[in-house]
Amino acid sequence: MAERTHREPQRRDDDVSDAAAPAAQDSSEGTRLKAELDDLLDEIDEVLETNAEEFVKSYVQKGGQ
Amino acid sequence: MAIPKVCGIETEYGIFVRGAENDPVAASSLLVNAYADRLGSRPGWDYEHERPSSDARDPDLPSPFGVGDPELESRLVNTVLRNGARFYVDHAHPELSTPEVRDAIDAVRWDAAGEEVLRRSVELASRHLPDGAEIVIHKNNSDGKGNSYGCHENYLVDRQVPFGRVVNGVLAHFVSRQVVCGAGKVGSEFPGQEPSAVPFQISQRADFFEEQVGLETTIRRPIVNTRDEPHADPMVYRRLHVICGDANMSQVSTLVKVGSTAIILAMIEDGALGDELLPANPVTAVRQISHDPTLRATILLDDGRRMTGLDMQEALHEQALRWFDRFGPESVGAEAGTESLRRWGEVIASLRSDDGRAAAWVDWVAKSRIIDAYATRHDVAPGSPRLRAIDLQYHDLRPERCLAARAGLEEVVPAEAVLRAVDEPPSDTRAFFRGRCLGKFAESVVAANWDSMVFDLGHDPLRRVQMSEPLRGTADLVANVIDESSTVGELLERLGA
Repeated sequence: MAERTHREPQRRDDDVSDAAAPAAQDSSEGTRLKAELDDLLDEIDEVLETNAEEFVKSYVQKGGQ
Repeated sequence: MAIPKVCGIETEYGIFVRGAENDPVAASSLLVNAYADRLGSRPGWDYEHERPSSDARDPDLPSPFGVGDPELESRLVNTVLRNGARFYVDHAHPELSTPEVRDAIDAVRWDAAGEEVLRRSVELASRHLPDGAEIVIHKNNSDGKGNSYGCHENYLVDRQVPFGRVVNGVLAHFVSRQVVCGAGKVGSEFPGQEPSAVPFQISQRADFFEEQVGLETTIRRPIVNTRDEPHADPMVYRRLHVICGDANMSQVSTLVKVGSTAIILAMIEDGALGDELLPANPVTAVRQISHDPTLRATILLDDGRRMTGLDMQEALHEQALRWFDRFGPESVGAEAGTESLRRWGEVIASLRSDDGRAAAWVDWVAKSRIIDAYATRHDVAPGSPRLRAIDLQYHDLRPERCLAARAGLEEVVPAEAVLRAVDEPPSDTRAFFRGRCLGKFAESVVAANWDSMVFDLGHDPLRRVQMSEPLRGTADLVANVIDESSTVGELLERLGA
């Protein structure tokens, strides 16, 4: 597992919380994923479209194969 | 022996205009034109050998499209890129077909390069939009309202293998492989079923398949598509056009999807795949498996047994390991074949043990984790619009909005190799010749398609170069000749074309 590269989660600098640092050093894959998921949930409302639910409603895609 | 599994991926992207009139055809055209204009000259697509209505079961069957093929009528906007890819407008979507690649790792690389082409074209097109307007692109397969658009794969298949054997061989995999590479979806779009009846399912596409085998791609979609249009020597090759897959954000999912399918096809050609996993009702089975993300649903096999999708994948992978020991990975690429088989097995093992590792590899697992965690934290009901928004934004190509980019997905191909592939063709297929000629002699290329290029030498007549052998025109064979030729005329003379 150690040789794998990971896609860095994209995050604004001011969003990096101190709490994420110790978890990121943990070698356990499960712990890493859990920490990343917590981080994502912390920021998800800012990443989601403003009026995301409206956007979903208006999202129509015709003419596909 | 199985023939080399040359392959490629064609992705129809979802497109939406915000802040201006949402005209998907105009917006798609704007994207392709903006990107092509950046490249300077822009050769057109040559439809000389396009036969989308030719049926693998019987070439003489009447075309279900009637007079004129719809694909040939929509010659809207179409261009060929320096990396050998095709970028065009298909109906109301921008579509990017990767160049032909030799193996699954390169399929991941040029598929990811295709995403980058879309992102760059959005940026270039934005200059032509009114203030405050933007084009939003999603790499997904459904709008959540019953409309689907495809991510198709193509594999080179030996013409000598009877098509019926290919069909019987691939059905078990096409029904069950969604478990290891599905992209996940909130809600059902199966006609007659309430969306909320399925809070979360494994595949974006499963609700849209109505036939086991058939020629159509837009209505009555079949699990196995019979389009017989090899884009290569038709006496020697078929091209299996696979329309049942999901577009993947996870590179590991793309690797497993293409790698496992290439292996299954090589096994069929090597006579190393039995038909004991044939599903009794494939169309129903696709949906049964997709609608149960707990992976417990069993489907009925032709011999009366019942198995889960994961059981079927495990059994196919075991057969693949035996095939590998006997035949080796050469037909699917030595490195990529080995890696695909290993990754495929790891994904299956992780899903079996539920150890959580699959969340870094499999799109539907990564997406469902985010959705479940969000629903728990905010006490949101299953299937709510908020969760559908998360689903949609998982596939958003805008870096600042993309949830997949924040899901901790593992990379297969380093980012710098992906970026190079935006302008570089693969070195080991005929796409090398196509891409390099466009890079060096763009002003002389009148048109190109998969198996030929048309050059203008400055005097009549135009010259067509046939490329009916997908593994000719590689860097080994033509790089020096292209480098050393100062004009197209010299190039063609030296090639004896």
